[in-house]
Amino acid sequence: MYFESFAAFLQMGTHGPFVWSAYGISALLVVTNMWLAYRRQRLVLNEIRRLTRRDQGGL
Amino acid sequence: MMVWKTLTRWYHQLGSPRYFYRFSEVLLPWLWPIALLTTAVGLVWGLAFAPEDYQQGNSYRIIFIHVPAAGGALLGYVAMGVAGLVNLVWRMKMAEVMIKAIAPFGAVLAAIALITGAIWGKPTWGTYWVWDARLTSMLIMLFLYLGVMALINAIPDPRQAGRAAGLLSVVGVINVVIVKYSVEWWQSLHQGSTIKLTGGSTMPPEMLTPLLISMLGIYLLFAVSVLWRARAELLWRERKSAWVKELV
Repeated sequence: MYFESFAAFLQMGTHGPFVWSAYGISALLVVTNMWLAYRRQRLVLNEIRRLTRRDQGGL
Repeated sequence: MMVWKTLTRWYHQLGSPRYFYRFSEVLLPWLWPIALLTTAVGLVWGLAFAPEDYQQGNSYRIIFIHVPAAGGALLGYVAMGVAGLVNLVWRMKMAEVMIKAIAPFGAVLAAIALITGAIWGKPTWGTYWVWDARLTSMLIMLFLYLGVMALINAIPDPRQAGRAAGLLSVVGVINVVIVKYSVEWWQSLHQGSTIKLTGGSTMPPEMLTPLLISMLGIYLLFAVSVLWRARAELLWRERKSAWVKELV
């Protein structure tokens, strides 16, 4: 590691708040996006299954 | 001629919803772990192991997310523009699906580039925001992405929505060129390009390596995100076709 201690790593000299807020916001946005993209195909698949079952069960 | 034949075969195969779905089925189980791992390696390396910048100190570490996000947003827009063009010329359904699949993460990356840039600007320039060419054209790129998404949501007929979104995608590619060259054409607070395809980069290898790895990671995450969204859209559009019924 470049830093001498974990505390120094968190502090980043005087730039800790800038670096960590930038990474925090980015991580939140990327993780949310990936989760929504993944979930969407699951939801669509389930919805089509439901529609298929309804059609078969009905008439 | 072999190359051309292979390319046209790919075009037709990947243009077929069924083939594309099966292709993504094979690709995704190993693509998403690789994407995640690559991003993690690049970012941890950049944050914890790369040396400090002699002028900017540690604030420069924001570059390891800022540049990959900006690069991804630009590249994504070009891809969306190509899909838009294909759709306008050949009315290809797969191209409509791709436009819809690319836009959301493109918007997220443009937003990340703007937000991280603003945070980085404070300790470096003394201000979060200036209305100069690079920052303004990047903000326009975010609005273009959001505009494409809004168009698709506002028009109920998917074919019409696809054509309108395709047109906006194609026209918006002009803005990609403006973003790219803004730091050379106009006086800007923004620093020049760090990575250059021709002629050396302006960064030592111990900083450049983690930056390139982060970029690859974010691009791969973009690909995974596009594949997931494209699958959802394809399934829904083709829900009445035989291959989807067979699948569920």
